[in-house]
Amino acid sequence: MTRHLRVPRLSWRFIPVWQRNYLVWKKLAIPSILGNLADPMLYMLGLGYGLGRLLPDVAGMPYLTFLAAGTVAYSTMNAATFEVLYSSFSRMHVQRTWDAILNAPMTLDDVMLGELTWAVSKSLLSGLAILAVIWGLGLYGNFWMTLWIIPVVALVGFCFGGLGLVMNAVSPSYDFFLYYFTLVITPMVLLCGVFFPVSQLPPLLQGVSAWLPLTHAIDLARPLVVGTVPDRIPLHVAGLLAYGSAGYVIALALTRRRLLR
Amino acid sequence: MLSVRGLTKKYGDAVVVRGLDLDVKRGECFGLLGPNGAGKTTTLRLLLGLTDPDAGSIELAGIPVPQRAREARMKVGVVPQMDNLDPDFSVRENLMTYGRYFGMPKAAIAARVPELLEFAGLASKADAQIAQLSGGMKRRLTLARALVHDPEILFLDEPTTGLDPQARHLIWQGLRRLISAGKTIVLTTHFMDEAERLADRLVILDHGSIVAEGAPRALIETHIEPAVVEVYGEGVSSWTRDHAGSVCTRSETVGETLFCYTDDADRVLGALNHVDGLRYVHRPSNLEDVFLKLTGRDLRD
Repeated sequence: MTRHLRVPRLSWRFIPVWQRNYLVWKKLAIPSILGNLADPMLYMLGLGYGLGRLLPDVAGMPYLTFLAAGTVAYSTMNAATFEVLYSSFSRMHVQRTWDAILNAPMTLDDVMLGELTWAVSKSLLSGLAILAVIWGLGLYGNFWMTLWIIPVVALVGFCFGGLGLVMNAVSPSYDFFLYYFTLVITPMVLLCGVFFPVSQLPPLLQGVSAWLPLTHAIDLARPLVVGTVPDRIPLHVAGLLAYGSAGYVIALALTRRRLLR
Repeated sequence: MLSVRGLTKKYGDAVVVRGLDLDVKRGECFGLLGPNGAGKTTTLRLLLGLTDPDAGSIELAGIPVPQRAREARMKVGVVPQMDNLDPDFSVRENLMTYGRYFGMPKAAIAARVPELLEFAGLASKADAQIAQLSGGMKRRLTLARALVHDPEILFLDEPTTGLDPQARHLIWQGLRRLISAGKTIVLTTHFMDEAERLADRLVILDHGSIVAEGAPRALIETHIEPAVVEVYGEGVSSWTRDHAGSVCTRSETVGETLFCYTDDADRVLGALNHVDGLRYVHRPSNLEDVFLKLTGRDLRD
Protein backbone atom coordinates (compact mmCIF):
# COMPACT_ATOMS: atom_id res chain seq x y z
CA MET A 1 0.00 0.00 0.00
CA THR A 2 2.83 2.40 0.85
CA ARG A 3 3.86 2.32 -2.82
CA HIS A 4 0.49 3.88 -3.68
CA LEU A 5 0.46 6.39 -0.83
CA ARG A 6 1.09 9.92 -2.02
CA VAL A 7 -0.18 13.43 -1.68
CA PRO A 8 -3.52 13.70 -3.53
CA ARG A 9 -3.46 15.85 -6.64
CA LEU A 10 -6.61 17.87 -6.25
CA SER A 11 -8.17 19.57 -9.25
CA TRP A 12 -11.48 21.10 -10.25
CA ARG A 13 -11.99 18.12 -12.51
CA PHE A 14 -13.90 16.47 -9.68
CA ILE A 15 -16.93 18.62 -10.50
CA PRO A 16 -18.31 16.46 -13.35
CA VAL A 17 -18.21 13.47 -10.98
CA TRP A 18 -20.14 15.38 -8.34
CA GLN A 19 -22.53 16.54 -11.05
CA ARG A 20 -23.08 13.00 -12.31
CA ASN A 21 -24.13 11.89 -8.84
CA TYR A 22 -26.31 14.96 -8.39
CA LEU A 23 -28.15 14.35 -11.69
CA VAL A 24 -28.88 10.75 -10.76
CA TRP A 25 -30.03 11.78 -7.31
CA LYS A 26 -32.30 14.47 -8.79
CA LYS A 27 -34.26 11.80 -10.63
CA LEU A 28 -35.17 10.10 -7.40
CA ALA A 29 -34.94 13.09 -5.08
CA ILE A 30 -38.26 12.75 -3.27
CA PRO A 31 -38.05 9.07 -2.29
CA SER A 32 -34.35 9.57 -1.55
CA ILE A 33 -35.00 12.48 0.80
CA LEU A 34 -37.81 10.62 2.53
CA GLY A 35 -35.70 7.50 2.86
CA ASN A 36 -32.71 9.40 4.22
CA LEU A 37 -34.63 11.54 6.65
CA ALA A 38 -37.58 9.54 7.87
CA ASP A 39 -35.46 7.22 9.98
CA PRO A 40 -33.52 9.77 12.08
CA MET A 41 -36.64 11.94 12.36
CA LEU A 42 -38.73 9.07 13.71
CA TYR A 43 -36.10 8.14 16.26
CA MET A 44 -35.64 11.71 17.33
CA LEU A 45 -39.31 12.51 17.72
CA GLY A 46 -40.37 9.09 19.00
CA LEU A 47 -37.64 8.81 21.62
CA GLY A 48 -37.59 12.53 22.30
CA TYR A 49 -41.28 12.78 23.12
CA GLY A 50 -41.86 9.23 24.37
CA LEU A 51 -38.75 8.77 26.47
CA GLY A 52 -38.31 12.49 27.11
CA ARG A 53 -41.58 12.67 29.08
CA LEU A 54 -40.16 10.18 31.58
CA LEU A 55 -36.89 12.00 32.03
CA PRO A 56 -35.86 15.11 33.91
CA ASP A 57 -33.62 17.58 32.09
CA VAL A 58 -30.56 15.90 30.58
CA ALA A 59 -27.30 17.85 30.71
CA GLY A 60 -29.30 20.91 31.60
CA MET A 61 -31.79 20.77 28.73
CA PRO A 62 -35.03 18.94 27.84
CA TYR A 63 -34.31 15.45 26.49
CA LEU A 64 -35.84 16.28 23.10
CA THR A 65 -33.38 19.14 22.66
CA PHE A 66 -30.50 16.96 23.84
CA LEU A 67 -31.47 14.26 21.37
CA ALA A 68 -32.11 16.71 18.50
CA ALA A 69 -28.57 18.02 18.82
CA GLY A 70 -27.20 14.48 18.84
CA THR A 71 -29.35 13.55 15.86
CA VAL A 72 -27.94 16.39 13.75
CA ALA A 73 -24.49 14.83 14.05
CA TYR A 74 -25.71 11.25 13.92
CA SER A 75 -27.87 11.60 10.80
CA THR A 76 -25.17 13.58 8.99
CA MET A 77 -22.67 10.87 9.79
CA ASN A 78 -25.06 8.23 8.49
CA ALA A 79 -25.87 10.15 5.32
CA ALA A 80 -22.20 10.43 4.37
CA THR A 81 -21.40 6.88 5.44
CA PHE A 82 -24.22 5.28 3.47
CA GLU A 83 -23.32 7.31 0.43
CA VAL A 84 -19.66 6.33 0.27
CA LEU A 85 -20.30 2.76 1.32
CA TYR A 86 -23.27 1.45 -0.62
CA SER A 87 -23.64 4.04 -3.37
CA SER A 88 -19.96 4.57 -4.12
CA PHE A 89 -19.41 0.83 -4.06
CA SER A 90 -22.18 0.37 -6.65
CA ARG A 91 -20.53 2.94 -8.86
CA MET A 92 -17.02 1.58 -8.37
CA HIS A 93 -17.51 -2.17 -8.29
CA VAL A 94 -20.94 -3.10 -9.59
CA GLN A 95 -21.70 -0.62 -12.36
CA ARG A 96 -18.03 0.06 -13.15
CA THR A 97 -18.86 3.73 -13.53
CA TRP A 98 -15.46 4.68 -12.13
CA ASP A 99 -13.71 2.60 -14.81
CA ALA A 100 -15.60 4.50 -17.49
CA ILE A 101 -14.66 7.84 -15.92
CA LEU A 102 -10.99 6.84 -15.59
CA ASN A 103 -10.82 6.22 -19.35
CA ALA A 104 -11.52 9.93 -19.77
CA PRO A 105 -8.87 12.47 -18.73
CA MET A 106 -9.79 11.99 -15.07
CA THR A 107 -7.67 10.65 -12.24
CA LEU A 108 -8.74 8.50 -9.32
CA ASP A 109 -8.02 11.56 -7.15
CA ASP A 110 -10.72 13.45 -9.09
CA VAL A 111 -13.21 10.60 -8.94
CA MET A 112 -12.84 10.10 -5.21
CA LEU A 113 -12.89 13.81 -4.48
CA GLY A 114 -16.14 13.94 -6.47
CA GLU A 115 -17.52 11.11 -4.34
CA LEU A 116 -16.36 12.78 -1.14
CA THR A 117 -17.86 16.16 -2.00
CA TRP A 118 -21.07 14.42 -3.00
CA ALA A 119 -21.17 12.69 0.38
CA VAL A 120 -20.72 16.12 1.98
CA SER A 121 -23.68 17.37 -0.06
CA LYS A 122 -25.84 14.48 1.11
CA SER A 123 -24.80 15.24 4.69
CA LEU A 124 -25.72 18.87 4.27
CA LEU A 125 -29.13 17.86 3.04
CA SER A 126 -29.66 15.52 5.92
CA GLY A 127 -28.38 18.01 8.48
CA LEU A 128 -30.53 20.82 7.08
CA ALA A 129 -33.64 18.69 7.36
CA ILE A 130 -32.99 17.96 11.03
CA LEU A 131 -32.16 21.61 11.53
CA ALA A 132 -35.51 22.52 9.96
CA VAL A 133 -37.25 20.34 12.53
CA ILE A 134 -35.23 21.98 15.31
CA TRP A 135 -36.33 25.39 14.02
CA GLY A 136 -39.92 24.26 13.52
CA LEU A 137 -40.24 22.89 17.05
CA GLY A 138 -38.34 25.80 18.56
CA LEU A 139 -35.74 23.51 20.10
CA TYR A 140 -32.94 26.08 19.85
CA GLY A 141 -31.57 28.72 22.16
CA ASN A 142 -30.41 31.30 19.61
CA PHE A 143 -31.48 31.14 15.96
CA TRP A 144 -28.37 32.87 14.57
CA MET A 145 -26.15 30.51 16.48
CA THR A 146 -27.87 27.50 14.88
CA LEU A 147 -26.72 28.70 11.45
CA TRP A 148 -23.20 27.65 12.47
CA ILE A 149 -24.52 24.11 12.48
CA ILE A 150 -24.49 24.19 8.67
CA PRO A 151 -20.69 24.30 8.30
CA VAL A 152 -20.38 21.81 11.16
CA VAL A 153 -22.63 19.42 9.27
CA ALA A 154 -20.47 19.78 6.14
CA LEU A 155 -17.39 19.05 8.21
CA VAL A 156 -19.00 15.94 9.70
CA GLY A 157 -19.92 14.79 6.19
CA PHE A 158 -16.31 15.29 5.09
CA CYS A 159 -15.00 13.35 8.07
CA PHE A 160 -17.23 10.30 7.67
CA GLY A 161 -17.12 10.45 3.88
CA GLY A 162 -13.33 10.15 4.05
CA LEU A 163 -13.46 7.33 6.60
CA GLY A 164 -16.15 5.45 4.69
CA LEU A 165 -14.13 5.57 1.47
CA VAL A 166 -11.49 3.47 3.21
CA MET A 167 -14.10 0.77 3.80
CA ASN A 168 -15.25 1.11 0.20
CA ALA A 169 -11.69 0.56 -0.98
CA VAL A 170 -11.21 -2.73 0.85
CA SER A 171 -14.68 -4.20 0.57
CA PRO A 172 -15.20 -7.36 -1.51
CA SER A 173 -19.02 -7.02 -1.42
CA TYR A 174 -21.92 -5.13 0.13
CA ASP A 175 -22.05 -7.61 3.03
CA PHE A 176 -18.68 -6.40 4.24
CA PHE A 177 -20.14 -3.01 5.21
CA LEU A 178 -22.16 -4.63 7.97
CA TYR A 179 -18.89 -5.08 9.90
CA TYR A 180 -18.26 -1.37 9.70
CA PHE A 181 -21.70 -0.61 11.05
CA THR A 182 -21.69 -3.16 13.85
CA LEU A 183 -18.04 -2.69 14.85
CA VAL A 184 -17.53 1.02 14.27
CA ILE A 185 -20.63 3.10 13.67
CA THR A 186 -23.03 1.61 16.21
CA PRO A 187 -20.52 1.52 19.11
CA MET A 188 -19.57 5.07 18.26
CA VAL A 189 -23.20 6.19 18.42
CA LEU A 190 -23.45 4.73 21.90
CA LEU A 191 -20.09 6.12 23.08
CA CYS A 192 -20.29 9.65 21.73
CA GLY A 193 -23.31 11.10 23.45
CA VAL A 194 -26.06 10.88 20.85
CA PHE A 195 -28.69 9.34 23.14
CA PHE A 196 -27.20 10.03 26.58
CA PRO A 197 -24.36 12.18 27.96
CA VAL A 198 -20.85 10.77 27.76
CA SER A 199 -20.54 11.47 31.50
CA GLN A 200 -22.74 8.41 32.09
CA LEU A 201 -19.97 6.17 30.76
CA PRO A 202 -17.26 4.55 32.93
CA PRO A 203 -14.07 6.71 32.94
CA LEU A 204 -12.18 4.35 30.63
CA LEU A 205 -14.85 4.57 27.94
CA GLN A 206 -15.05 8.33 28.42
CA GLY A 207 -11.37 8.40 27.55
CA VAL A 208 -12.02 6.40 24.40
CA SER A 209 -14.96 8.59 23.52
CA ALA A 210 -12.83 11.73 23.56
CA TRP A 211 -10.84 10.39 20.60
CA LEU A 212 -13.80 9.46 18.42
CA PRO A 213 -14.82 11.71 15.53
CA LEU A 214 -18.51 11.65 16.39
CA THR A 215 -17.65 13.14 19.81
CA HIS A 216 -16.01 16.10 18.08
CA ALA A 217 -19.12 16.50 15.95
CA ILE A 218 -21.51 16.43 18.89
CA ASP A 219 -19.32 18.70 21.03
CA LEU A 220 -19.69 21.29 18.28
CA ALA A 221 -23.34 20.74 17.39
CA ARG A 222 -24.96 20.49 20.81
CA PRO A 223 -23.85 23.86 22.23
CA LEU A 224 -24.85 25.51 18.95
CA VAL A 225 -28.37 24.11 19.31
CA VAL A 226 -28.61 25.24 22.91
CA GLY A 227 -27.21 28.64 22.01
CA THR A 228 -23.76 28.67 23.60
CA VAL A 229 -20.31 28.85 22.03
CA PRO A 230 -18.72 25.38 21.92
CA ASP A 231 -15.58 24.74 23.96
CA ARG A 232 -12.27 23.97 22.24
CA ILE A 233 -13.53 24.69 18.72
CA PRO A 234 -10.08 24.39 17.02
CA LEU A 235 -9.55 20.94 18.53
CA HIS A 236 -12.90 19.63 17.29
CA VAL A 237 -12.57 21.16 13.84
CA ALA A 238 -9.02 19.88 13.51
CA GLY A 239 -10.12 16.43 14.71
CA LEU A 240 -12.87 16.15 12.11
CA LEU A 241 -10.62 17.49 9.36
CA ALA A 242 -7.82 15.12 10.34
CA TYR A 243 -10.02 12.02 10.34
CA GLY A 244 -11.59 12.95 7.00
CA SER A 245 -8.31 13.87 5.28
CA ALA A 246 -6.48 10.82 6.55
CA GLY A 247 -9.41 8.71 5.40
CA TYR A 248 -9.35 10.24 1.91
CA VAL A 249 -5.57 9.83 1.51
CA ILE A 250 -5.54 6.23 2.74
CA ALA A 251 -8.65 5.37 0.73
CA LEU A 252 -6.99 6.81 -2.35
CA ALA A 253 -3.93 4.60 -1.88
CA LEU A 254 -6.03 1.50 -1.24
CA THR A 255 -8.30 2.17 -4.19
CA ARG A 256 -5.32 2.85 -6.44
CA ARG A 257 -4.00 -0.56 -5.45
CA ARG A 258 -7.41 -2.06 -6.16
CA LEU A 259 -8.17 -0.45 -9.53
CA LEU A 260 -4.92 0.82 -11.01
CA ARG A 261 -2.39 -1.87 -10.13
CA MET B 1 0.49 7.94 -33.45
CA LEU B 2 1.55 5.34 -30.95
CA SER B 3 5.06 4.27 -30.19
CA VAL B 4 5.97 1.73 -27.53
CA ARG B 5 9.47 0.56 -26.59
CA GLY B 6 10.44 -2.25 -24.26
CA LEU B 7 7.15 -2.14 -22.37
CA THR B 8 7.19 -4.49 -19.38
CA LYS B 9 4.65 -5.13 -16.63
CA LYS B 10 5.01 -7.58 -13.78
CA TYR B 11 2.54 -8.66 -11.13
CA GLY B 12 4.75 -10.19 -8.45
CA ASP B 13 6.80 -12.85 -10.24
CA ALA B 14 4.45 -13.08 -13.21
CA VAL B 15 5.58 -11.06 -16.22
CA VAL B 16 2.37 -10.12 -18.00
CA VAL B 17 3.90 -7.91 -20.68
CA ARG B 18 7.54 -8.50 -21.58
CA GLY B 19 9.55 -6.00 -23.57
CA LEU B 20 6.83 -5.05 -26.03
CA ASP B 21 7.67 -2.83 -29.02
CA LEU B 22 4.76 -1.41 -31.02
CA ASP B 23 4.33 1.27 -33.65
CA VAL B 24 0.97 2.40 -34.96
CA LYS B 25 0.78 4.96 -37.74
CA ARG B 26 -1.90 7.62 -38.08
CA GLY B 27 -5.02 6.31 -39.80
CA GLU B 28 -4.04 2.70 -39.31
CA CYS B 29 -6.22 -0.03 -37.83
CA PHE B 30 -3.93 -2.07 -35.64
CA GLY B 31 -4.90 -5.43 -34.15
CA LEU B 32 -3.66 -6.82 -30.85
CA LEU B 33 -4.40 -10.53 -30.89
CA GLY B 34 -3.78 -13.23 -28.40
CA PRO B 35 -5.42 -15.93 -26.30
CA ASN B 36 -6.94 -15.10 -22.92
CA GLY B 37 -4.23 -13.95 -20.55
CA ALA B 38 -1.80 -13.03 -23.32
CA GLY B 39 -1.55 -9.48 -21.95
CA LYS B 40 -3.85 -7.63 -24.35
CA THR B 41 -5.98 -5.81 -21.80
CA THR B 42 -2.97 -5.05 -19.59
CA THR B 43 -1.23 -3.55 -22.62
CA LEU B 44 -4.22 -1.27 -23.29
CA ARG B 45 -4.30 -0.22 -19.63
CA LEU B 46 -0.60 0.60 -19.81
CA LEU B 47 -1.10 2.63 -22.97
CA LEU B 48 -3.81 4.67 -21.25
CA GLY B 49 -1.66 5.29 -18.19
CA LEU B 50 -4.09 3.40 -15.96
CA THR B 51 -1.28 1.34 -14.56
CA ASP B 52 2.44 2.09 -14.39
CA PRO B 53 4.89 -0.03 -16.39
CA ASP B 54 7.87 -1.68 -14.72
CA ALA B 55 10.03 -0.75 -17.70
CA GLY B 56 9.78 0.78 -21.13
CA SER B 57 8.37 3.91 -22.69
CA ILE B 58 5.08 4.87 -24.32
CA GLU B 59 4.30 7.81 -26.52
CA LEU B 60 0.63 8.24 -27.38
CA ALA B 61 -0.31 10.95 -29.88
CA GLY B 62 3.11 12.45 -29.20
CA ILE B 63 2.55 12.60 -25.44
CA PRO B 64 4.59 10.52 -22.97
CA VAL B 65 2.55 8.08 -20.86
CA PRO B 66 2.16 7.63 -17.91
CA GLN B 67 3.90 10.97 -17.19
CA ARG B 68 1.25 13.02 -19.01
CA ALA B 69 -1.48 10.41 -19.21
CA ARG B 70 -4.30 12.84 -18.51
CA GLU B 71 -3.37 14.90 -21.55
CA ALA B 72 -2.94 11.81 -23.69
CA ARG B 73 -6.36 10.48 -22.72
CA MET B 74 -7.91 13.68 -24.10
CA LYS B 75 -6.98 12.34 -27.53
CA VAL B 76 -8.19 8.79 -27.02
CA GLY B 77 -11.61 7.20 -27.03
CA VAL B 78 -11.97 3.88 -25.21
CA VAL B 79 -14.46 1.06 -25.73
CA PRO B 80 -13.88 -1.26 -22.76
CA GLN B 81 -14.36 -4.99 -22.77
CA MET B 82 -17.20 -4.86 -20.25
CA ASP B 83 -20.04 -2.45 -20.83
CA ASN B 84 -19.96 0.25 -18.20
CA LEU B 85 -22.68 2.57 -19.43
CA ASP B 86 -24.39 4.49 -16.68
CA PRO B 87 -27.59 2.52 -15.92
CA ASP B 88 -29.12 5.50 -14.12
CA PHE B 89 -29.13 7.61 -17.27
CA SER B 90 -30.89 7.49 -20.62
CA VAL B 91 -28.97 7.06 -23.88
CA ARG B 92 -28.70 10.81 -24.42
CA GLU B 93 -27.78 11.49 -20.79
CA ASN B 94 -24.99 8.93 -21.01
CA LEU B 95 -23.40 10.89 -23.84
CA MET B 96 -23.97 14.24 -22.13
CA THR B 97 -22.46 13.04 -18.86
CA TYR B 98 -19.47 11.43 -20.52
CA GLY B 99 -18.66 14.57 -22.51
CA ARG B 100 -18.36 16.52 -19.26
CA TYR B 101 -15.52 14.25 -18.11
CA PHE B 102 -13.55 15.67 -21.05
CA GLY B 103 -14.27 19.19 -19.88
CA MET B 104 -16.61 19.88 -22.80
CA PRO B 105 -19.21 22.61 -22.33
CA LYS B 106 -22.80 21.41 -22.27
CA ALA B 107 -23.71 23.15 -25.52
CA ALA B 108 -20.79 21.57 -27.37
CA ILE B 109 -21.81 18.09 -26.22
CA ALA B 110 -25.47 18.69 -27.02
CA ALA B 111 -24.50 19.79 -30.53
CA ARG B 112 -22.60 16.57 -31.02
CA VAL B 113 -25.21 14.15 -29.66
CA PRO B 114 -27.48 13.87 -32.76
CA GLU B 115 -24.49 12.95 -34.93
CA LEU B 116 -23.33 10.34 -32.43
CA LEU B 117 -26.80 8.85 -32.11
CA GLU B 118 -27.07 8.64 -35.87
CA PHE B 119 -23.66 6.97 -36.06
CA ALA B 120 -24.73 4.41 -33.46
CA GLY B 121 -28.11 3.84 -35.13
CA LEU B 122 -29.79 4.92 -31.90
CA ALA B 123 -31.49 8.12 -33.06
CA SER B 124 -34.90 6.71 -32.12
CA LYS B 125 -33.63 5.53 -28.74
CA ALA B 126 -32.29 8.84 -27.43
CA ASP B 127 -34.52 8.79 -24.38
CA ALA B 128 -34.47 5.04 -23.77
CA GLN B 129 -33.05 3.71 -20.53
CA ILE B 130 -29.94 1.53 -20.74
CA ALA B 131 -31.77 -1.54 -19.42
CA GLN B 132 -34.08 -1.38 -22.46
CA LEU B 133 -31.22 -1.70 -24.94
CA SER B 134 -30.07 -4.94 -26.54
CA GLY B 135 -26.45 -6.06 -26.20
CA GLY B 136 -25.63 -4.73 -29.66
CA MET B 137 -27.21 -1.36 -28.95
CA LYS B 138 -25.24 -1.05 -25.71
CA ARG B 139 -21.99 -1.73 -27.57
CA ARG B 140 -22.88 0.84 -30.23
CA LEU B 141 -23.68 3.38 -27.55
CA THR B 142 -20.37 2.61 -25.84
CA LEU B 143 -18.66 3.21 -29.17
CA ALA B 144 -20.54 6.48 -29.65
CA ARG B 145 -19.63 7.49 -26.11
CA ALA B 146 -15.94 6.90 -26.90
CA LEU B 147 -16.30 9.36 -29.78
CA VAL B 148 -17.99 12.14 -27.84
CA HIS B 149 -14.83 14.30 -27.75
CA ASP B 150 -13.87 13.47 -31.34
CA PRO B 151 -10.66 11.60 -30.43
CA GLU B 152 -7.80 11.03 -32.85
CA ILE B 153 -7.28 7.47 -31.76
CA LEU B 154 -9.67 4.80 -30.57
CA PHE B 155 -8.91 1.83 -28.30
CA LEU B 156 -11.32 -1.07 -28.55
CA ASP B 157 -11.01 -4.00 -26.17
CA GLU B 158 -12.80 -7.00 -27.70
CA PRO B 159 -15.55 -4.82 -29.15
CA THR B 160 -17.79 -7.61 -30.44
CA THR B 161 -17.43 -10.29 -27.78
CA GLY B 162 -20.84 -11.64 -26.87
CA LEU B 163 -22.69 -10.12 -29.82
CA ASP B 164 -24.77 -11.95 -32.43
CA PRO B 165 -23.64 -11.87 -36.09
CA GLN B 166 -26.00 -9.04 -37.06
CA ALA B 167 -24.77 -6.89 -34.21
CA ARG B 168 -21.13 -7.68 -35.00
CA HIS B 169 -21.56 -6.64 -38.62
CA LEU B 170 -23.11 -3.35 -37.52
CA ILE B 171 -20.14 -2.64 -35.25
CA TRP B 172 -17.73 -3.50 -38.08
CA GLN B 173 -19.54 -1.12 -40.40
CA GLY B 174 -19.22 1.60 -37.80
CA LEU B 175 -15.51 0.92 -37.41
CA ARG B 176 -14.96 0.96 -41.18
CA ARG B 177 -16.62 4.38 -41.31
CA LEU B 178 -14.22 5.57 -38.66
CA ILE B 179 -11.22 4.12 -40.47
CA SER B 180 -12.21 5.80 -43.71
CA ALA B 181 -12.68 9.03 -41.76
CA GLY B 182 -8.99 8.77 -40.87
CA LYS B 183 -9.22 7.69 -37.22
CA THR B 184 -6.46 5.53 -35.83
CA ILE B 185 -7.76 2.35 -34.23
CA VAL B 186 -6.13 -0.08 -31.82
CA LEU B 187 -8.22 -3.18 -31.47
CA THR B 188 -7.83 -6.23 -29.27
CA THR B 189 -9.73 -9.32 -30.22
CA HIS B 190 -9.59 -13.05 -30.18
CA PHE B 191 -11.89 -13.29 -33.18
CA MET B 192 -9.60 -13.92 -36.10
CA ASP B 193 -12.22 -13.05 -38.69
CA GLU B 194 -12.64 -9.69 -37.00
CA ALA B 195 -8.92 -8.98 -37.16
CA GLU B 196 -8.72 -10.21 -40.74
CA ARG B 197 -11.60 -7.94 -41.76
CA LEU B 198 -10.52 -4.78 -39.99
CA ALA B 199 -6.83 -4.69 -39.19
CA ASP B 200 -4.28 -3.28 -41.62
CA ARG B 201 -1.59 -4.74 -39.45
CA LEU B 202 -1.55 -6.83 -36.33
CA VAL B 203 0.59 -8.51 -33.73
CA ILE B 204 -0.10 -11.84 -32.11
CA LEU B 205 0.75 -11.77 -28.41
CA ASP B 206 1.36 -14.80 -26.28
CA HIS B 207 2.58 -14.80 -22.69
CA GLY B 208 3.18 -11.08 -22.95
CA SER B 209 5.43 -10.99 -26.00
CA ILE B 210 4.95 -10.72 -29.74
CA VAL B 211 5.06 -14.03 -31.59
CA ALA B 212 4.16 -12.67 -35.04
CA GLU B 213 3.64 -9.31 -36.66
CA GLY B 214 2.40 -8.10 -40.04
CA ALA B 215 -0.59 -7.63 -42.31
CA PRO B 216 -3.19 -10.41 -41.97
CA ARG B 217 -2.65 -11.79 -45.49
CA ALA B 218 1.11 -11.61 -45.19
CA LEU B 219 0.98 -13.46 -41.87
CA ILE B 220 -1.06 -16.23 -43.44
CA GLU B 221 1.34 -16.46 -46.36
CA THR B 222 4.48 -16.53 -44.25
CA HIS B 223 3.36 -18.77 -41.46
CA ILE B 224 1.10 -21.32 -43.02
CA GLU B 225 0.27 -23.39 -46.11
CA PRO B 226 -2.42 -21.86 -48.33
CA ALA B 227 -5.11 -24.51 -47.86
CA VAL B 228 -6.50 -26.66 -45.09
CA VAL B 229 -8.51 -29.85 -45.35
CA GLU B 230 -10.21 -30.87 -42.14
CA VAL B 231 -10.90 -34.59 -42.20
CA TYR B 232 -13.13 -36.43 -39.77
CA GLY B 233 -15.38 -39.48 -39.59
CA GLU B 234 -14.93 -43.16 -38.71
CA GLY B 235 -12.08 -43.86 -41.10
CA VAL B 236 -9.95 -40.90 -40.16
CA SER B 237 -7.31 -42.75 -38.16
CA SER B 238 -6.57 -45.29 -40.89
CA TRP B 239 -6.56 -42.58 -43.54
CA THR B 240 -4.16 -40.52 -41.43
CA ARG B 241 -1.84 -43.53 -41.13
CA ASP B 242 -1.92 -44.33 -44.85
CA HIS B 243 -2.04 -40.93 -46.52
CA ALA B 244 -1.45 -37.96 -44.28
CA GLY B 245 2.31 -38.27 -44.35
CA SER B 246 2.47 -38.27 -48.13
CA VAL B 247 -0.23 -35.77 -49.21
CA CYS B 248 -0.22 -33.23 -46.39
CA THR B 249 2.59 -30.71 -46.12
CA ARG B 250 1.91 -30.62 -42.40
CA SER B 251 -0.81 -32.33 -40.39
CA GLU B 252 -2.17 -32.27 -36.92
CA THR B 253 -4.76 -34.45 -35.20
CA VAL B 254 -6.98 -32.68 -32.70
CA GLY B 255 -9.48 -34.97 -31.03
CA GLU B 256 -11.27 -36.81 -33.84
CA THR B 257 -10.27 -34.35 -36.55
CA LEU B 258 -7.22 -34.32 -38.79
CA PHE B 259 -6.08 -30.88 -39.90
CA CYS B 260 -4.20 -31.38 -43.15
CA TYR B 261 -2.31 -28.24 -44.20
CA THR B 262 -1.22 -28.34 -47.80
CA ASP B 263 0.29 -26.51 -50.74
CA ASP B 264 -1.55 -28.80 -53.13
CA ALA B 265 -5.17 -29.24 -52.09
CA ASP B 266 -6.10 -31.20 -55.24
CA ARG B 267 -3.73 -33.93 -54.26
CA VAL B 268 -5.29 -34.22 -50.79
CA LEU B 269 -8.80 -34.17 -52.22
CA GLY B 270 -7.82 -36.86 -54.71
CA ALA B 271 -6.63 -39.09 -51.90
CA LEU B 272 -9.88 -38.47 -50.03
CA ASN B 273 -12.14 -39.23 -52.95
CA HIS B 274 -14.43 -42.24 -52.63
CA VAL B 275 -13.13 -43.27 -49.23
CA ASP B 276 -16.04 -44.57 -47.17
CA GLY B 277 -16.67 -43.22 -43.71
CA LEU B 278 -14.79 -39.97 -44.24
CA ARG B 279 -16.10 -36.44 -44.29
CA TYR B 280 -14.03 -33.38 -44.96
CA VAL B 281 -14.05 -29.61 -45.32
CA HIS B 282 -11.69 -27.90 -47.72
CA ARG B 283 -11.05 -24.21 -47.12
CA PRO B 284 -8.33 -21.61 -47.61
CA SER B 285 -6.20 -21.23 -44.52
CA ASN B 286 -6.92 -18.20 -42.39
CA LEU B 287 -5.60 -16.17 -39.53
CA GLU B 288 -7.06 -18.59 -37.02
CA ASP B 289 -4.79 -21.32 -38.38
CA VAL B 290 -1.79 -19.04 -37.95
CA PHE B 291 -2.95 -18.13 -34.48
CA LEU B 292 -3.41 -21.75 -33.42
CA LYS B 293 -0.09 -22.75 -34.95
CA LEU B 294 1.75 -20.01 -33.07
CA THR B 295 -0.06 -20.08 -29.74
CA GLY B 296 -0.99 -23.75 -29.57
CA ARG B 297 -4.31 -25.41 -28.99
CA ASP B 298 -4.24 -25.61 -25.22
CA LEU B 299 -7.07 -23.91 -23.39
CA ARG B 300 -6.11 -20.65 -21.67
CA ASP B 301 -8.09 -19.51 -18.74
